[in-house]
Amino acid sequence: MALADNMTKTPADAAHCSVVAEGEQGREITLRLAGRISLDNRHLLAAKIKALLRHYAPHRLTVDLGGIEFLDSAGALLLVELEEVARTASLPCDFVRLSEASRRLLNLIDRQALAAPPLKALAPPGFLDQVGQITRTILHDFFALISFAGELLRALVQAFLHPQRVRWQYVLFYMKRVGVDALPILGMMSLLLGLVMAFMSSLQLKQLGATVFVSSLVAIAMVKELGPLLTAILVAGRSGSAFAAEIGTMMVNEEVDALVVMGFNPMHFLAAPKVLAAMVVVPLLSAYAILIGILGGIIVGVTLLDLTLFTYVNETRKAIDLFDLISSLFKSLVFAIIIAAVGCQRGFQVKGGAEAVGAFTTSAVVTGIFLIIVVDALFAIALHYIG
Amino acid sequence: MRPTTPADSPPVIVVEGLTAGYGDLIILENVSFEVYPGEILVILGGSGCGKSTLMKNLIGLYKPLAGRVLIKGVDVNSHDETELRQLRRNVGVAFQSGALFGSMTIAENIALPLREYTTLAQETIDRLVRLKLSMVGLAGYDHHLPGELSGGMQKRVGLARALALDPAVVFFDEPSAGLDPVTGVELDLLIKDINAAMGTTMVVVTHELLSIFTIAHRVVMLDKGERGIIARGDPRYLREHSTDPRVWNFFNRQPSFSRGGENRYGQKNL
Ligand SMILES: Nc1ncnc2c1ncn2[C@@H]1O[C@H](COP(=O)(O)OP(=O)(O)OP(=O)(O)O)[C@@H](O)[C@H]1O
Ligand SMILES: [Mg+2]
Repeated sequence: MALADNMTKTPADAAHCSVVAEGEQGREITLRLAGRISLDNRHLLAAKIKALLRHYAPHRLTVDLGGIEFLDSAGALLLVELEEVARTASLPCDFVRLSEASRRLLNLIDRQALAAPPLKALAPPGFLDQVGQITRTILHDFFALISFAGELLRALVQAFLHPQRVRWQYVLFYMKRVGVDALPILGMMSLLLGLVMAFMSSLQLKQLGATVFVSSLVAIAMVKELGPLLTAILVAGRSGSAFAAEIGTMMVNEEVDALVVMGFNPMHFLAAPKVLAAMVVVPLLSAYAILIGILGGIIVGVTLLDLTLFTYVNETRKAIDLFDLISSLFKSLVFAIIIAAVGCQRGFQVKGGAEAVGAFTTSAVVTGIFLIIVVDALFAIALHYIG
Repeated sequence: MRPTTPADSPPVIVVEGLTAGYGDLIILENVSFEVYPGEILVILGGSGCGKSTLMKNLIGLYKPLAGRVLIKGVDVNSHDETELRQLRRNVGVAFQSGALFGSMTIAENIALPLREYTTLAQETIDRLVRLKLSMVGLAGYDHHLPGELSGGMQKRVGLARALALDPAVVFFDEPSAGLDPVTGVELDLLIKDINAAMGTTMVVVTHELLSIFTIAHRVVMLDKGERGIIARGDPRYLREHSTDPRVWNFFNRQPSFSRGGENRYGQKNL
């Protein structure tokens, strides 16, 4: 009976099936199958049957299934395949003594469906196709970013016109996520950067007897470039990715669709609070990074270079002016918009499943950092001519 | 018709004093029951009563707060790796929402367990995959991605994947929910056929009354308030003879949170 215990399918199962042939070579033969025919031993049986058929080369085949104790669908497939082999060799083939269970199982196998080709071919695209596709993706991506920026701008303008409509509790939540939670790691990184910069430059400046310039070097580097850049790259990695993953997962789960049908604008509901929060905290984070970086410089200057605290701070103040500071914080503001917008935009692009979320999260960080570097270069050129 | 009666052979699944829940929240308390070889057991009950929770405890995804679950004598929370692997080879699970791997094609999804547990040639694997796909009525969808299929189709692929290795025990969470009535009935018939042809033991979670009367040999009914089983046995018998109003209401489609109406027993509904 097929309801026998089929739990312990081990390789030892191989011994549990057998096939014997009865009849004369070149004439009519009967194959008697017996035992358990399952996924684990069907290959053995298939090989045996093939050998028997070759040996006997019969004109007529009868397959006796009376001895079968258990047949699973892989075993049933073997029988169907045997039938096919017989048909292609125009060998008459009959199954006899089927148990009720085997008959039901064989009925489940749709022979036509097995032979039909897949609905969709799995051909890898050709080289030209690929080039075309990549070009199209890049162009499409560019336009998507631009149109997203436009929509976002509209959402932000509306937020300023109707501040009561902004979901401020979410803005505060993301300010904490993007800003407060980043303080320890950003502080650590800026301090180390300040220390290393001061130390490395002092090695060179010492030879010229100009160690006092360490302070201005650290100050200018931190204020003009490294403070905002370090902050932006850190925020892109921490928060840009988080925005993309969050919105992307919502896309996959149809949560964004649910917002739309309830009459919410996802741009207002999801993107605006994140962008607003980033716009507030990223400049503050930059200022914090600059301060801590300079502190790192002070530590080196005072302990290793025999500069007094007063001299160091004085030199620092001489090196930078208010315009530098303000333009640097403004640059941070632009970075903030880029990071948050790219994160949200990549999130909204997610289609499909978990893998797409991963891909677009990566893309959010990569695109974010790339744009930051480009914009930073543009700022450097512009400030050179203004300042 | 079930060829074996429960008493004939030792149970495949034994649930002993199972208490399940999340942290301090206890959903099911001290639940015990057995599932016999070749049987289709349906777990039913109102929404939120803990059917999925019970199923996840049965397959060892959650660790019970107390008690244990044995499948063929092996504790599903066993720490013996070879024992567990053997168990996993013989247990198929179809999840409520399909749980397909989005980055793999349908064929790759179904082939995954075949690749892991057998050393079959690629060609044979492909044929087995097509066989399983045609069984669930999705022949030809080999190279589609899960994202390109409808919810009901994904669910059927999940079922095909659960059946890939012809496991001895199969768990289904809501196989026919979200399917059109015709496909739902076809799936029920497939479940019946597989059960009859291979003696596969099945544990099915479902709400569909039609489904229950088509496939179930026996049911276990859970209740949220009771935190346990309030009825067990043949669904036809329960429909006619249960004296518990909650059970009677379920099988006779009485709303449980109706608008203050009265049910057959003249009691006010909650
Ligand atoms: N991860 C979880 N953490 C805490 N509580 C949970 C969790 N999952 C489910 N629950 C609670 O457990 C109870 C049972 O949930 P379960 O998903 O098992 O219900 P169900 O019977 O499968 O319902 P349905 O028929 O709607 O699928 C519910 O009250 C739910 O609130
Ligand atoms: Mg459920």
